[in-house]
Amino acid sequence: MKLPALNTAIKDLSEVDRREFFKAGGAVATVALTSGVTLMAFGGEASAKADAGKRWGLLIDVNKCKSDCNACVTACSDENGWEDTGNPETDAQWIRKVDLTHKQTGREVSLPMMCQHCEDAPCIDVCPTGASFKRADGIVLVDKHACIGCRYCMMACPFKARSFVHEPIENQKTHAPRGNGTVESCTLCVHRVDKGGQPACVEACGKTGNGAMMFGDLNDPASEIAVALKQYSSIGLRDDLRLNPGVRYNNL
Amino acid sequence: MERTVYREMALTPMVWVLAIILGGIIGAAGLAVLYVEHNGHIVTGMNNQIVWGLPHVFAIFLIVAASGALNVASIASVFGKTAYKPMARLSALLAMALLAGGLGVLVLDLGRPDRLIVAMTTYNFKSIFAWNVILYNGFFVVVGAYLFVQMSRGMSAKTIRAMGTAAFIWRLALTTGTGSIFGWLVARPGYDAAIMAPLFIIMSFSFGLAFFLLVLTSMYRLTKRNLDPMLIKRMGNLLGVFAGAVLYFTAVRHLTNLYAAEHGDVERFLLFGGGGITTLFWVGQVLIGGVIPIALLFRPTDGPNVGSVLLASVLIILGGLVQLYVIIIGGQMFPLEIFPAYEVTSSFYDGAVNSYTPSALELILGMGGVALTLIIAGLGVVALRILPENLSDS
Repeated sequence: MKLPALNTAIKDLSEVDRREFFKAGGAVATVALTSGVTLMAFGGEASAKADAGKRWGLLIDVNKCKSDCNACVTACSDENGWEDTGNPETDAQWIRKVDLTHKQTGREVSLPMMCQHCEDAPCIDVCPTGASFKRADGIVLVDKHACIGCRYCMMACPFKARSFVHEPIENQKTHAPRGNGTVESCTLCVHRVDKGGQPACVEACGKTGNGAMMFGDLNDPASEIAVALKQYSSIGLRDDLRLNPGVRYNNL
Repeated sequence: MERTVYREMALTPMVWVLAIILGGIIGAAGLAVLYVEHNGHIVTGMNNQIVWGLPHVFAIFLIVAASGALNVASIASVFGKTAYKPMARLSALLAMALLAGGLGVLVLDLGRPDRLIVAMTTYNFKSIFAWNVILYNGFFVVVGAYLFVQMSRGMSAKTIRAMGTAAFIWRLALTTGTGSIFGWLVARPGYDAAIMAPLFIIMSFSFGLAFFLLVLTSMYRLTKRNLDPMLIKRMGNLLGVFAGAVLYFTAVRHLTNLYAAEHGDVERFLLFGGGGITTLFWVGQVLIGGVIPIALLFRPTDGPNVGSVLLASVLIILGGLVQLYVIIIGGQMFPLEIFPAYEVTSSFYDGAVNSYTPSALELILGMGGVALTLIIAGLGVVALRILPENLSDS
């Protein structure tokens, strides 16, 4: 199947405005933590580096994903600084392992779930302030300075991909700003992607030898992920909603 | 007909006592907000599964009731019923007070209430939430102007009618917007229904009129002014029709969902298998908030029975809060259907029915919204000529 090119989204006037604004305002879109330490809010440098010609995405082969493996989750937690504090109902989970048993056939599979980086993301539609936004390269982020903590995006997300920060946070990573009272989710490790790297979860999955996760540019027909998508059948979760997620699963 | 004379409410000791009680509740709510803001929402009953809780039940109840409280003024100005005209000022004042109370709760439950200025200055026009910010702010302007023209000397009936019509249209838009907050949540099986907007409109008619009746009679008892029981009886009949209509729209909503196989699970959960939420629906919403008050309002009596109307109003308000609880909390308790063909488990409660136990902090914040509404309405009638001296011969 053919994924529509996302670079058409650049025609969206509001997005152009936002990008231009952040380019201009990048210098002020930082917040001082302590002397010498500043947090980049998503939207500033992160937005300016987005390449409108690309659409970053993931392909997850559920046949290769092992039920007892949690490497992607651990890697994301280490990379981005969210953790298990012993309060499972309120702890943030940017990525989680989901175990599935088919109701009719009994087939058991396991897969990682995270923000699906939808092209038509409901979280962006419902966000009153525009804090939920999509970069030109398809990565869906939360501008931590504009989020008022209304949680409407959490109500709207079909994938339960977002978490609300329920308590004050200490020792956060400078590349992954977080804040009490705001909403957060998988950033597709935008700080790594902008430096030519790949998300921590994908890297960790590769190191286990399972190789269930593939990252790449969906718009580049020569990329490994685009070739694989063309060759094998895959689905986006809740395809009935026609959100065109950037994360796709095969063998599900 | 005699000319209506409006007079401020006197500050009697009883009024002071009530004001102090309400002030105390508002103060407690303020402390609760500070506590939650300092410690984070972890001290509330809300979590990553139930992201909207009891504060939203109160906030949306008050916002919905706000547009409904304007009914009496609309019936007078737009539909020309002169019997309702003397109450139109209170109707407009109470509508604004209810909206202020509801918004107070909504805003103070935000994760970052200090960023309210962001919500007021940055709009994503694809968001119904952003539209609601405009609709809510506009409501104060339009209804405020409507109250102003009603109270101004020498204002023509035509002008009052024009403003009343504008306010009436605005309140319909406002409740459409509020219902659409849920109706447009396409991914949640408990919501995602176009009927949410008209359901919320009819809920507003019912809850708002019930609240108005209680406030009106309380104020008249406080001021020892005359209030015609026939007027209460007449509004009680209207309330009965509205309460019946709420039941009708509720039935249509659930029957439509039951017909579609894809919504069968959520309907079975809410209506038959959801434990506490099912009990709340049948006993709290349908029986206490619908069937019993309707029976009270329409049972044959020799004369006007004010007590029945007031009891029915109380039950409709309690049932209304329960109805919003069932809609807001019940809709989130049912898990998202991401993998319809599979049994699902995860560390993030995928596939699980979520539980919610509201904290006292949330209840205090919600009650603070009600107290804020009442104190604004009280201040209004004390400072302005809102209440007619006599509602016995209208």
